[in-house]
Amino acid sequence: MSTSHSAAAQSAATADALGMPAADAPPGRAAKPPRRWGRTLGTVVIGTMLIGFSLLFIYPLLWLLAASLKPRGEVFDNRLIPETFSWHNYVQVWDELPLLSWALNSVLIAMLAAGLVVFSSALVAFGFAYFRFPARNLLFGLVLATMMLPGAVTMVPQYLIWLKLGLVGTWIPMFGANLFGSAFYIFLQRQFFLGLPRELFEAARVDGASYFGMFRRIALPLSVPSLVIIFLFEFQASWNSLQNALIYLNAGSVEGFTVPLGISYAMTKYSPTAGGQGDYQYVMVAALLVTLPMLALFAFGQRYFIEGVATQGRKG
Amino acid sequence: MTSIKAAPRQLRKEDSASLSRPRRSRLTASRRETIAGFLFISPWIVGFCVFTLGAMVYSLVISFSHYNLASNRIRAAGGANYANLVDDPKVALSLANTLYYAVMAVPLEIVAALGLALLLNTLGRGAGLFRTGFYLPKMTPAVATASIFFLLLNGNTGAVNRFLGWFGIQGPQWLIDPAWVKPSIVMMTLWGVSGTMVIFLAALKNVPRELYEVAELDGAGAFRRFRHVTLPMISGAVFFNVIVLTIAALQVFDQAYLLFWRDQNNASPESSLFYGVYLYIQAFREFDLGFASAMAWLLFVIILGISLIQLRVGNRFVYYEGGR
Repeated sequence: MSTSHSAAAQSAATADALGMPAADAPPGRAAKPPRRWGRTLGTVVIGTMLIGFSLLFIYPLLWLLAASLKPRGEVFDNRLIPETFSWHNYVQVWDELPLLSWALNSVLIAMLAAGLVVFSSALVAFGFAYFRFPARNLLFGLVLATMMLPGAVTMVPQYLIWLKLGLVGTWIPMFGANLFGSAFYIFLQRQFFLGLPRELFEAARVDGASYFGMFRRIALPLSVPSLVIIFLFEFQASWNSLQNALIYLNAGSVEGFTVPLGISYAMTKYSPTAGGQGDYQYVMVAALLVTLPMLALFAFGQRYFIEGVATQGRKG
Repeated sequence: MTSIKAAPRQLRKEDSASLSRPRRSRLTASRRETIAGFLFISPWIVGFCVFTLGAMVYSLVISFSHYNLASNRIRAAGGANYANLVDDPKVALSLANTLYYAVMAVPLEIVAALGLALLLNTLGRGAGLFRTGFYLPKMTPAVATASIFFLLLNGNTGAVNRFLGWFGIQGPQWLIDPAWVKPSIVMMTLWGVSGTMVIFLAALKNVPRELYEVAELDGAGAFRRFRHVTLPMISGAVFFNVIVLTIAALQVFDQAYLLFWRDQNNASPESSLFYGVYLYIQAFREFDLGFASAMAWLLFVIILGISLIQLRVGNRFVYYEGGR
């Protein structure tokens, strides 16, 4: 971490970090020698810290990439450039683990989960944003309140509900609840709808559009940005989900696993304590496979992710 | 200021629009609107009644019964499950582990996220590039994080101890030594701290520049500007993050499960038994759903209690612009 910096340098950096960007300083001030000297020092320290933290955040991912290319005995050696490139891992892994089928399961489940929640949340949000009806604010308060409900509380009864419906063992519990909207997304989408000019809808009313027509032809097309945020968030949540897969898919066949559940399975399979050979390079390939789509999603939708997370904070 | 003024205006517009809708009589129009509104929100109502309210009531009923999934038998248990919460020492243990983890993780996350956000906030352009780099761990799925750190934290060969070795520090057996299990998980959590950072960054961008200029004219140094301008202006975000991170910390599961409890046949240090993990084990390995439901309710009450305390304390410190 920052152990390499002296305490003095660190406090100087903090002080500068707390102030305003260097570019904002009035030119007259910057001309004073002692101040300029301090600024240069500050810039150097900030630059060092930025690079240091970047390394800290990115190193494990580079390490993962390297480890996935190493033969069994070298996975632990911490070289960022493998001594022996074992491209073979990427061929062998498909025989070792049913990765393709895991990936396919994960993609389909995530698409269904995200697609359903986008549509249902938008529908509900439109109801709350556009119409006036009794108890609307009370009900919307309830929507917000459910955001505070810890998932652990409903985990067991939801399982029993799916069991009673005879759907445990199918994929439906992995995304079924998404048919009914999700509190945070409803909140997000309602905010977006409230920002749309109401005149558009009034005009459509006069032209004889139905309520659902207004939703589909006006509200939805105009709110693509926030719908994308919801889709990406839910896709990520579903793609990463381990606990649900453990509850609903673990009892089934290994081919039916999602990638996270599969990695958990692989970690045990290769663990020496469970009789494995310590072939962690395959776990690393699988870990890379589960990570890369998320990085690609981020590359494509960075501003949506950042915007979405920032909105989360604003509701507080 | 503009955003605050805009909100009520929009509300008023909404009011007048629905009152002055010309066609048909007002009663029919408003009744049609009511019906349509309820139709639109009906998916949520159904979901709430079944998967939230229904599930909670169901869970409460089960918590007062013996429900064994393996034999699929249910019978009344009175308060036996709740009595077992006290009798089973692992409940107290897992609760203590979880609270210990939360007390360690949440403040560190807040300080790290705020520090990084302040650092990025000093940059004009270029901040985007670093923000992207900082954010990548947040995009990394928990399973991948756990499997990477499983090897990075290896006591003998792991990169973390190698790094510490450069400074002459003999690193611990992170994942084996009971005392270092929780710090290991804190480390993984901190690696993904950038989500919280982004919330702070957004809050920092909203602090009006003039406030800093005025403070500087008044001779306030960097620290006092932070203490008396930045901190009050972003207190809402701090408060939000504390609550959300606490709730998340009390439910920690993925990393602990993957690193320590994945393999049923392998003993793990008891200091890694978190409440969420023990709840999962009771429900889906022991199939003791009644006991697991009682555990869930205890967790719910604890989270609710902590959130209420935080709300009460928070309201004293949080500064809401416009005196909300």
